[in-house]
Amino acid sequence: MLDFSFFTSEVFTGYVLKGMYFSFALTGIATLGGIVFGTILAMMRLSGNKPMAFVAATYVNGMRSIPLLMVLLWFFLLVPLLIGRAIGAELSAVITFIAFEAAYFSEIMRAGIQSIARGQVHAGQALGMTYGQNMKLVILPQAFRNMLPILLTQTIILFQDTSLVYIITAHDMLHGFTLAGSNLSHPREAYILAAVFYFVICFALSWIVKRLQAKIAIIR
Amino acid sequence: MAIEWQIFCLDTIDKTPVAGCFGSGGAKGTQTYLDWLISAWGETVLVAGLSLVVALAIGAVVGILRTLPNSPWLARAANAWVELFRNIPLLVQIFLWYHVMPVLIPLFAETPKLLLVVMGLGLFTSARIAEQVRAGIQALPKGQRYAGMAMGFTTWQYYRYVLLPMAFRIIIPPLTSESMNIFKNSSVAFAVSITELTFFAQQAGEETSRGVEIYMAVTFLYVISALAINRVMAFIEKRVRVPGFVANVSAGGH
Repeated sequence: MLDFSFFTSEVFTGYVLKGMYFSFALTGIATLGGIVFGTILAMMRLSGNKPMAFVAATYVNGMRSIPLLMVLLWFFLLVPLLIGRAIGAELSAVITFIAFEAAYFSEIMRAGIQSIARGQVHAGQALGMTYGQNMKLVILPQAFRNMLPILLTQTIILFQDTSLVYIITAHDMLHGFTLAGSNLSHPREAYILAAVFYFVICFALSWIVKRLQAKIAIIR
Repeated sequence: MAIEWQIFCLDTIDKTPVAGCFGSGGAKGTQTYLDWLISAWGETVLVAGLSLVVALAIGAVVGILRTLPNSPWLARAANAWVELFRNIPLLVQIFLWYHVMPVLIPLFAETPKLLLVVMGLGLFTSARIAEQVRAGIQALPKGQRYAGMAMGFTTWQYYRYVLLPMAFRIIIPPLTSESMNIFKNSSVAFAVSITELTFFAQQAGEETSRGVEIYMAVTFLYVISALAINRVMAFIEKRVRVPGFVANVSAGGH
């Protein structure tokens, strides 16, 4: 009933490879952008400046209570209203993912910053460090290290979420498979192959994270 | 541009205003966008609720199996279950249930589409819940297990009377976020044309060209629902609290 023989190396390079590249690129960019903006949001929330903390908290909680799909749709709706023209599905996906993931990374970074003993903050202040120096030299390096496994796990989840851009017809890995499936009239096999590819990639990544976790843990 | 909430009082077919907004006032079979919004919300609640039941039932069993002391093969099978359903994106799993399962397994050919989506979302979430149940059981001191054994309890008995009552209390916070996740994740059902909130947002937004009002209403309902789940779980947590016992298990994810 199932016939996988249609999936040759030409089909792979012709349909899937480009989408796979986009899925990885989107994951990478959204992770980096998400961590940068997420760290800024986390610092805003912990800054002690009430209005800033409020803005950051509202943004994070708001983003975390609506589905990623709704964020994607909102973005698609608002961009033409604001700038007068539509932008491509791929670019929309990148911007939306950074904005959405920043909220999740911010929660991780907040936990990371709070995991650093207060004494260290005070020690930095006692040495005459500015807020920026203290963050950059004392707190953030340790916070990143403490949170690295969770950050990477979030990246794996992010990679799985990139499949949602299929819905705004960006050309990602899932789209590559479904396109190959419909063009070569083996749609069902294509879905199964997509599942296998995602599984192997995510399983391998989570195995690496597990190994890393054992290696990198700070021994106290 | 001005916000016009009257859009919700329009009939979904001929786009004329309906008095009172709820369609029942007009001729039989009329439906306003407000009616549609409410029924789409109901659909979202239905999909998410049924999936949560599936996920909790299977997740609890699989999570418990992973901690059984003398059944390595059962534990391995349960671990495999978790890895399988955790490492495939939800959208792909839903496509598999919706497009592939009915062809491969005749039993699923007759199943309503909504239930296929519930299976997809439920099993996907069951892997995450299984992970939390396992963490909750393992967070208990080993001595509790041994104490149960020393009392002459069978495995079933010391799980039932010693380990599980505490483990489930410990994991209420991560279960709360998982329940909220299942609600948000139900939006993926939109991809297979289940008429839930996100489907409504997209469809009604396009029909009326008043996307901002429609999306605002939908976003509001998502936020309200998330808040409601949060409050219900906080209530449950408070009701079942064991005095003097505080525990924390953290969890990430979407």
